[in-house]
Amino acid sequence: MGILELRNVGLTIDGKRIIHDINMDVWEGHVHAIVGPNGAGKSTLASTIMGLEGYRNLEGNIFFKGEDITNLKIDERARKGITFGWQEPARYEGLLVKDFISAGSKNKNEKYIFDALSQVGLDPEDYLNRAVDKTLSGGERKKVELASIIAMDPSLIMLDEPDSGIDVETLEKMFEVIRQLKNKGTTIIFITHSLAVLRQADHAFLMCCGEIIEKGLAKKIIPYFENKCIPCPHKNVPDKKV
Amino acid sequence: MSMVDEQLVKQLSKASDIETNIVNNPHIAHLFIHHHKVIGAHLIPGLKVDVKEMTDGIKVSMVVEKGSVIEKPVHLCFGMFPEKGIQKIIMSVNIEDGASISILAHCTFPNAVDVQHIMDAQINVGKNARYSYFERHIHGDLGGVKVYPTAVINLDEGAQFKTEFELLKGCVGLIDMNYETNCKARSIAEMNARINGRGDDVIAIRETGNLLGEYSRGVLTSRVALRDNAKADVYNKIKATAAYARGHVDCKEIIQDNGVAKATPIVEVNNPKAHVTHEASIGSVDSKQLQTLMSRGLSEDDAVELIIQGLLS
Repeated sequence: MGILELRNVGLTIDGKRIIHDINMDVWEGHVHAIVGPNGAGKSTLASTIMGLEGYRNLEGNIFFKGEDITNLKIDERARKGITFGWQEPARYEGLLVKDFISAGSKNKNEKYIFDALSQVGLDPEDYLNRAVDKTLSGGERKKVELASIIAMDPSLIMLDEPDSGIDVETLEKMFEVIRQLKNKGTTIIFITHSLAVLRQADHAFLMCCGEIIEKGLAKKIIPYFENKCIPCPHKNVPDKKV
Repeated sequence: MSMVDEQLVKQLSKASDIETNIVNNPHIAHLFIHHHKVIGAHLIPGLKVDVKEMTDGIKVSMVVEKGSVIEKPVHLCFGMFPEKGIQKIIMSVNIEDGASISILAHCTFPNAVDVQHIMDAQINVGKNARYSYFERHIHGDLGGVKVYPTAVINLDEGAQFKTEFELLKGCVGLIDMNYETNCKARSIAEMNARINGRGDDVIAIRETGNLLGEYSRGVLTSRVALRDNAKADVYNKIKATAAYARGHVDCKEIIQDNGVAKATPIVEVNNPKAHVTHEASIGSVDSKQLQTLMSRGLSEDDAVELIIQGLLS
């Protein structure tokens, strides 16, 4: 039994069928990737798992640690141990980095917040009292968001396009953090269309037009994605199957 | 001035969150006014204060002498403990050429049921002088305060003026503020207001910056959060008539429940070499901000509170 199970999950938005009859098993302590081209429904699927606004009118069921969480709200799912990192993290006028990280942290001690920032390669002395606003670059906000996730210490982390808007060095640092999280038993799901990110995964789900068309070990999915999906001229349009 | 009333000073300090070591510090000037009486005062070299107590108000004349730099912030405390009454303060401030002062003003009405706080200020900031005025209001939960602050500020060449008006604790009641700043060449005016409205609060902010001299600068910033049935009307205007003048108007209001917000940013430019910009937004809490915090386990109410705290900080 997986830590996360999706059974026949489908989602229709504004009359358009965005994801179809998804069945997934996500294994505890492993790194997974939901991979596919733009418009395949990857982020929609992750948003559905997190229970974000506009993504809760689904069919089927979502189970987390054996419990049906289909009808739970975002914060209730989060308190069960699921969290989500946005492709482009939100900006908050006036909200300090330390308060943002501390808000969801299991431990409110400043040293704990300090350590979370250090782990993502940000000097706490420089960042704790800065605001999570437009004065931070996109890469810095990604790191601050990851630090807030580390401090939360969830069981399952979904990261939407983790390589978007960040440089190679930062991405490598992020992968290092992911490996550390995996080593302590945290389950990770990347949402990505990047081969570099896919290569970090143990397991992968390949999506196209709102369906999972292939799943299994990442090393099996990588050549398929690389050789068939990347060159494929087919455009993902919701409601139109392959 | 009236006799020092140590007990009342202590009470007002406590209600205003002023640490006792500030009142007892010989290097920090302060002036405590309860209703229309001075209850405590301490001055330092370079700072002159003259007070005239009247039956219907109090006149305060403050002068920072030419070239004097007051190192530590001066604390002004205006307040009233009775549930009803009118506090009227007529204030004249002259910061002479090259002088510098920073003031922390505490306006405290913890028990107000029907209190009016009227402030009428005339402020002149001399050449290359600096004046910073941080005004913090602490009201009770009854919303029984009506606040009418009016100020005309004249900045001479190269002067710098910064004001912050903060009302975050307790219910606003009614606030109707009207500040106007006239900026001569190379002077800088920054005016900020941060108000947290709830219940049946009514908030009206009117700030005007007149950029009259070349290279003058003005920024008007308003941050307002409204809950329950609170209402706000923010009218910010910058008028630039001189070459190379630069101005910006920035208003953000978050509304919840039955709150009603209105923002009117006005920019008027009468010189082709001047440049003034504005931005205004009114709306609920940003969905992504909210959902990010909820995805860390915060309840919706706690997430909203944190976002508003940040905006008003």
